[in-house]
Amino acid sequence: MLNYFKEIFVGIKSLLIGMKVTAFYGTKRTITAHYPFEKIPVTLNFRGHIDLVVTKKGYHKCITCGMCERACPSGCITLDSVKPEGAKKKKLTGYTLDFTKCSLCGNCVETCPTNAIKYSNDYYLVGTSRHDFHFDLLDRAMKAAEEMGIEWTEPVEKPKEPKEPQAEGGESPSPAGA
Amino acid sequence: MIQKPDPTQETLVLNMGPQHPSTHGVLRVVLHCDGEYVLDAEPVIGYGHRMHELIGEVRDHRGFYANVGRMDYGGALSFGHGHILAVERMLPDLEVPERAEYLRVITTELNRVASHLLWFGAFLLDLGAFTPILYSFDDREAILDLLEHVTGARLTFSYMRVGGVCADVDKDWCDGVLAFVKRMRDRIPMYHKLVSGNIIFRKRVEDVGLITRDMALKYGCTGPVIRGSGIPYDVRRSEPYSIYPELDFDIPTSERCDCMGRYDVRWAEIEQSLRIIEQAIAKLPEGPVMAEKVPKVIKAKGEVYQAVEAARGSLGYYIACDGSTSPYRMKIRVPSYSNLSILKELTRGILLSDLVAVMGSFDLVIPEIDR
Ligand code: SF4
Ligand code: SF4
Repeated sequence: MLNYFKEIFVGIKSLLIGMKVTAFYGTKRTITAHYPFEKIPVTLNFRGHIDLVVTKKGYHKCITCGMCERACPSGCITLDSVKPEGAKKKKLTGYTLDFTKCSLCGNCVETCPTNAIKYSNDYYLVGTSRHDFHFDLLDRAMKAAEEMGIEWTEPVEKPKEPKEPQAEGGESPSPAGA
Repeated sequence: MIQKPDPTQETLVLNMGPQHPSTHGVLRVVLHCDGEYVLDAEPVIGYGHRMHELIGEVRDHRGFYANVGRMDYGGALSFGHGHILAVERMLPDLEVPERAEYLRVITTELNRVASHLLWFGAFLLDLGAFTPILYSFDDREAILDLLEHVTGARLTFSYMRVGGVCADVDKDWCDGVLAFVKRMRDRIPMYHKLVSGNIIFRKRVEDVGLITRDMALKYGCTGPVIRGSGIPYDVRRSEPYSIYPELDFDIPTSERCDCMGRYDVRWAEIEQSLRIIEQAIAKLPEGPVMAEKVPKVIKAKGEVYQAVEAARGSLGYYIACDGSTSPYRMKIRVPSYSNLSILKELTRGILLSDLVAVMGSFDLVIPEIDR
């Protein structure tokens, strides 16, 4: 009988202690951010999808060696390059990342011999179709250069045909394709 | 084998899952109930099978980095740790820098705390208490922020590399971790006040799901499940790896054998993890975080079994390599699988609501079981 009442007493006491904690934290300010209105700052080292690094001279550093393409376990990266006639080096004409397959392992960034790729800081990445995540990184790099106020200039190897690198035709996704 | 319902018996066959909130993923439990009592509970697994072992066999060793985090979303770093330790053992020339080992341990222990906090919230959610998960996610968020700073991800980390780790930390980060350790220590009494003493909670978990010593051994339970039955088995002590032998920590056990025992063990483990983190930060040596001569193409040869202590128990990687770039065979022994196998025997004749408590106390991660 005594035990019975003791248990009730202990039980109620434990509930009151819990209530006290709730009351204490209830008066504190909220710790959640109200997402669409407030955004949490992105940490600097956040690993988003990869991006080509834009140099100060307004170009990328890729030498089209294809190491990243081979290192990627999911086959997300497709490189296109041409070797202009008479030129010594190959030229990158398209760098496509299929982000739908990327698992952000970081192998591509780590194997690149010239540090031509980096992680972007795109935290709030959304799209309505999977084609929205097929990025043309070369195109993105050009846009990034534009935003940074650097003119996209191709280093001239031979004094002939300083042609703009072409972004691939079918890249801009049509929303109807969903 | 799933029992066929017997029409002459007045039992009810109930499918719990695969989309039941308290099965934490896609686990299906076929229940034979008599009223509210469970006569038989048969777990059916495999709904989330993604062939991680086979993927490990067709990809090179580096290609598997991303998969480890997809197996155990709660404690991805310890899964990565086991994998790279196994591969490194097959590469005798590789000298892993001290600092990298320390960083591996610090991040893994932080991840363990995060995983236990996730379990704590989910366990109480299963029992019908909604608020505790909000408290534990507050703390977990702090850990994830710290881990995001160094690994770049919040959940499916791929931080461990053969030969080291992929990112170094700075002084600020270490201070942040120490600040977190202090904060977490201050918060633990709050959790105990809020939940551990609560009479409703205690009534739900005390003397429910008794796993005796023999039973735990027989089924190969590991982690907090076996330690909750009073057996101090922890891979970090029994098969020491990495820098754990240099650190001072205890293996908490509980003699209770019930859900409460496992609950206590996990809280004590959080405290021990905080101790490990503190010591490792204090001892953190300077130097590189990546070995100098990591082969460009990893061609391992040999056969290893490397066990590590994941958040849910003993995790083992068996990797056999024939000298080519990818393993010949990879087998992963996951803790939740063995822990779940005990369910059938354990839940015979208990109440349906207790079954949820028992499953919650196992801290099951289904993707890890299915692999
Ligand atoms: S991060 Fe990994 S999966 Fe993603 S593109 Fe690079 S190598 Fe491929
Ligand atoms: S590894 Fe670097 S340099 Fe080579 S193709 Fe990839 S991005 Fe270009």
